[in-house]
Amino acid sequence: MYTQAMDIPDESGKKLASVANTVSDQEAAFEARIDADGRIEPQDWMPEAYRKTLVRQISQHAHSEIVGMLPEGNWISRAPSLKRKAILIAKVQDEGGHGLYLYSAAETLGTSRDQMLEGLHSGKAKYSSIFNYPTLNWADVGVIGWLVDGAAIMNQIPLCRCSYGPYARAMIRVCKEESFHQRQGYEALLVMMQGSEAQKAMVQDAVNRLWWKCLAMFGPPDADSPHSAQGMRWGIKRISNDELRQKFIDATVPQAKVLGVTLPDPDLKWNEERQHYDYGQIDWQEFWNTVEGNGPCNKERLATRVKAHNDGQWVRDAALAYTRKQQQRAHKEAA
Amino acid sequence: MNTPALKEWPLWEVFVRSKQGLEHKHCGSLHAADAAQALHMARDVYTRRQEGVSIWVVPSAAITASNPDDKGELFDPAADKIYRHPTFYTIPEEVGHM
Repeated sequence: MYTQAMDIPDESGKKLASVANTVSDQEAAFEARIDADGRIEPQDWMPEAYRKTLVRQISQHAHSEIVGMLPEGNWISRAPSLKRKAILIAKVQDEGGHGLYLYSAAETLGTSRDQMLEGLHSGKAKYSSIFNYPTLNWADVGVIGWLVDGAAIMNQIPLCRCSYGPYARAMIRVCKEESFHQRQGYEALLVMMQGSEAQKAMVQDAVNRLWWKCLAMFGPPDADSPHSAQGMRWGIKRISNDELRQKFIDATVPQAKVLGVTLPDPDLKWNEERQHYDYGQIDWQEFWNTVEGNGPCNKERLATRVKAHNDGQWVRDAALAYTRKQQQRAHKEAA
Repeated sequence: MNTPALKEWPLWEVFVRSKQGLEHKHCGSLHAADAAQALHMARDVYTRRQEGVSIWVVPSAAITASNPDDKGELFDPAADKIYRHPTFYTIPEEVGHM
């Protein structure tokens, strides 16, 4: 992916013609490309608001992948078998990888890795609110795969067609890997549902606790989503929050039936006329409360993340010191 | 190369050859202190599922890119040279594939 670190030939002298290009010409060219469903690449001119929106969205997305490692990471040492442990390690490693693809994509917009991490660690930048809930039993790990990753896939597939090239390319890579995450979770739950009554109850308990939080992952209803229209206009967002949420519910109900669990919503029923499932009220106050930092695990997650970063500082310093020494040695030998 | 005052790990572009006989293709970027570490990280970040048989890493700062403003000047002149394509030429059908 391309970043500000790249060397663009100097404008001086040669490209006087481009000075005549006023901003409005550039803006018109940008709008025309968006209208034609074209892609914007890092070095293309783009409106400042488009750049800012993308930096905010991609860095939040990256932070979500990184913080998302924590609730599941808790279970690596407690996985019920070696097989489940290997699967969980692979999944958590994928999430770390997804965070790295996305940080790289955001860096092409002129922000730095350190700036983004600073935003996360200071609490300024947000990440997906779902990770601020605890993972209380092993079934939570399965439900995270099935429902949380399932909801994430719904959200992410349209992003593969995002107007900003590096983001779209990162999402294609992420989506390819995400399907394993959902399937491994669902399969782990299928196995538990063939177990004892206590194991079945664990699955149902995890579903009950996480279902509504997953529905909130799609964001506020379209009517209360002020950024949505502009995001749609710019081809950053392709499908509205409510539409994605509906798709997710429609896809999940039959899966729950096969699994043998109920979804904790008395209003959930098929609407023949709409050809969709109707569903009950989402508690948006709780959602905003968690986004504002007051969910059950916000402080713990952030503290764990900051500690991991600080504990790793000596590794980053040592690697740089080693590189510096190697460069100086090479310099001396060359002289 | 000068010895820059490094503060952050510099950025590297990663190219992966997906299988023998195919070209290396750009697949993303990462931060690493030096080339050896960049290769190691590229393996972990970009080839967890046998996506490659060979990796190149290049310091991003070493890449010189064409300026998007020059796009017209550089690439448009090729647009009206349709005679450079085989479909420009009509060949009698009985000649068959050529």
